[in-house]
Amino acid sequence: PPAHSHRDWIGPPDKHSNLRPVIFYVPPEESALERRLREARQEAQASNQRFWARHNRAFRQEKEEFIYSRLKAKGLEMRDESGQKATLNAEEMADFYKDFLSKNLKKHLQYNRDWYKHNFKITFLMGQVALVRALRWLRRRKKNVEQ
Amino acid sequence: GLFVWRLRSTGARQIPCRFVHLYHMASNRLITFQYFNFLKRMYVTQCNKDLSQRAKPKSDSIVSPFHELQQLDQEKKVVHKISSVSPVHQSWSEMSSRNELREMKSAAETEDSVIPGGAESKEDRQWKEMKLQLDDLPGILARLSKIKLTALVVSTASAGFAMAPVPFELTCFLLASLGTGLASCAANSINQFFEVPFDSNMNRTKNRPLVRGQISPLLAVCFAAACGIPGIALLTLGVNPLTGALGAFNIFLYTCCYTPLKRMSIANTWVGAVVGAIPPVMGWTAATGSLDAGALLLGGILYSWQFPHFNALSWGLREDYSRGGYCMMSVTHPGLCRRVALRHCLALIGLSTVAPVLNITTWTFPVISLPINLYISYLGFRFYRDADRSSSRKLFFCSLWHLPMLLLVMFTCKKSVLEKEDKGKLRGGSHEMAMEIRLP
Repeated sequence: PPAHSHRDWIGPPDKHSNLRPVIFYVPPEESALERRLREARQEAQASNQRFWARHNRAFRQEKEEFIYSRLKAKGLEMRDESGQKATLNAEEMADFYKDFLSKNLKKHLQYNRDWYKHNFKITFLMGQVALVRALRWLRRRKKNVEQ
Repeated sequence: GLFVWRLRSTGARQIPCRFVHLYHMASNRLITFQYFNFLKRMYVTQCNKDLSQRAKPKSDSIVSPFHELQQLDQEKKVVHKISSVSPVHQSWSEMSSRNELREMKSAAETEDSVIPGGAESKEDRQWKEMKLQLDDLPGILARLSKIKLTALVVSTASAGFAMAPVPFELTCFLLASLGTGLASCAANSINQFFEVPFDSNMNRTKNRPLVRGQISPLLAVCFAAACGIPGIALLTLGVNPLTGALGAFNIFLYTCCYTPLKRMSIANTWVGAVVGAIPPVMGWTAATGSLDAGALLLGGILYSWQFPHFNALSWGLREDYSRGGYCMMSVTHPGLCRRVALRHCLALIGLSTVAPVLNITTWTFPVISLPINLYISYLGFRFYRDADRSSSRKLFFCSLWHLPMLLLVMFTCKKSVLEKEDKGKLRGGSHEMAMEIRLP
């Protein structure tokens, strides 16, 4: 994002977490409230990024391991003669999906709680900041009218 | 006027041509007719758009059958999620999310990732300024509120209104539809507000406005409030308090029960089916002002329909659900998933038979609807027995035309209000009967 910009910038989805990173603009006269909002958003972003990157990586890895172990049990190699990677069909993968979901359920429940807390906090702070800005703008307009 | 719907053959799933005949038959029944056409047109155009954008990677020999599914799913899902709108499971938000089609990648079968259409992905890879573009705002809000799903939900609500055994009142109908639509927009927006990181991780939903940062969460919540509060107020004050209460309850059920439950237990599917069932009930109560057996029957039909629809759809999305942490029957209890789908297909036959008993339709309804109900039950049985992708797809696509057909047939077999009153007791006043839709 350009250095002179006065706004936040959002980027393409991250390779691991699929979340879009945001670069936050720090205005020179940032109020305490605005700083709290920015920090809350940064914290949420970091926490989300950590969770999903790790989670997706674990998924990919465990999926590979599952495919490998199943193929070995069937007596097949990971790659066949033509060099193509051997795969399992959807019904065989279903066991893996079921297993993975139940293993990670508790992790997800915890994450859900955290995410909802972050989300509400950020939105509430946004509301406060918007209200303060609106009042400031109204006060400035009143001053201009009076002058 | 007659609406001529042309099938565009693009290799997309083509809805059987025999429906064209029905269009002519129902030419003077605008409500269900337009709904039906709108539905079909939407599916075809979605399919077209979808297929034309997709660049087939050379390693992927399987034409993503779920590409269309994804779009339809999206639509369906929207419907489902809309708590106050159509009972279509998908129609509101989830089921209603027929509108949401997930990109089906059978990861087990294709190693390489499917590359989406060129222009879209290039734009995706750029850094964008987080500024609200006012020109894009209508489009952004439409996507936020899942407008297509909302439309489907409103149409099921109007089906409920049309089936009510009272003379048709246009103003009441319009107010009810508008209120339902607004409530649906509100519910969908809140749903997207809650699900940002999960939506980012699922292919079907990763292009939503909040995920892409096109709109701030604050604005999404304000929009939801700006739709929901007037919507419910309109229903309560402009129609009747019962409809308003149902609308508010549905929003609550969808946003506060269904959405969090999706990640906690498989019970979410049943809650979601209720969410989908409430809109026609709302349409009925808007017309009559009371919760009769007829309203419950209509709700019951939509409730049962949700299961074959959603269960078949979710069968192909097991990987995304598993990774995303969504508790769905198709992942955790696959046998139950198929059993429930079949069970409810059969329940549809039973419910269709109860309709004339409750004096909602004539006895021709169960007779005419038997073929389509039997067909979906047959596909449900095949899905139950085979448990594979092709049977799940067949069942899903059948459910897409089954519901509009069923509602259309139901409407054509509706017991006329005049039939039920004695000739001598006819209430005077042409204004009461003026808008009544007459059956041929």
